[in-house]
Amino acid sequence: MSHNDHSMRTPMGKVRYLGSAKSGTTHVWHQRLTAYALLPLSICFVILILSLIGKDYNSARAILAAPYVSILILLFIGSGIYHMQLGMRVIIEDYVHAHGSKTALLVANTFFSLCIGISAAYAVLKLSLA
Amino acid sequence: MSDSTSTTKSPESRRPMSPHLQIYRPMLTMMMSIIHRITGAGLYFGTLLLAWWLIAAATDAKSYMFINDLLTSFIGRVILLGYTWALFHHMMGGIRHFIWDTGRGLDHPEREYLAQASLIASIGLTLFVWILAYILR
Repeated sequence: MSHNDHSMRTPMGKVRYLGSAKSGTTHVWHQRLTAYALLPLSICFVILILSLIGKDYNSARAILAAPYVSILILLFIGSGIYHMQLGMRVIIEDYVHAHGSKTALLVANTFFSLCIGISAAYAVLKLSLA
Repeated sequence: MSDSTSTTKSPESRRPMSPHLQIYRPMLTMMMSIIHRITGAGLYFGTLLLAWWLIAAATDAKSYMFINDLLTSFIGRVILLGYTWALFHHMMGGIRHFIWDTGRGLDHPEREYLAQASLIASIGLTLFVWILAYILR
């Protein structure tokens, strides 16, 4: 047995990928980053929704297609979707421990987030570019 | 600790665990913590409605009016009210986390004040936005 490396990890621990998640700090930082962005973006989005109340379809469409509004919504969707995917990932990792279920749910989380994000972004682009 | 290869444990391995939820008196800070998570999950699933609404707006008037009628129905408004509160409450909880990130507000009684402030703020903001919405209608 080699005692040259001073690691205190056991062979079993290494094989089973126990220990540091390595990308944990990145996860935490990206969560914070999207959260900082979402603070003003969510407020702007709520104001946008308020401005659409009572409007008929064509007026609403015109507002949503405006450049500043479209860019705002795209930024809101982008940050929000990434933020929610990261958050749900933590929830799944906290409560689901069976390997098969955990993997399936983590994959479903990513797919769900991507589908919602791409669909919403597509709708906004269709409104503003068409 | 947690067995990653199977969910069923043999009778021998179901060792007694130290009680946690059973013995802790529910404190506001604990409630705010789990509610932060629950509002986050609620917002997560609510994005389905958001995407539906945007796609409807990009499609035609009929689709837009359909989702519009759905959302302005009584149940729709209840859901939207809940979603608004969830958004603001999760946001206020997030601000609390930002404060904690700087190392402040972790001691007693600051953390109690922060928990109370976030709840009051979220309810206040929700009411403010909804009163505004009814005025604009």
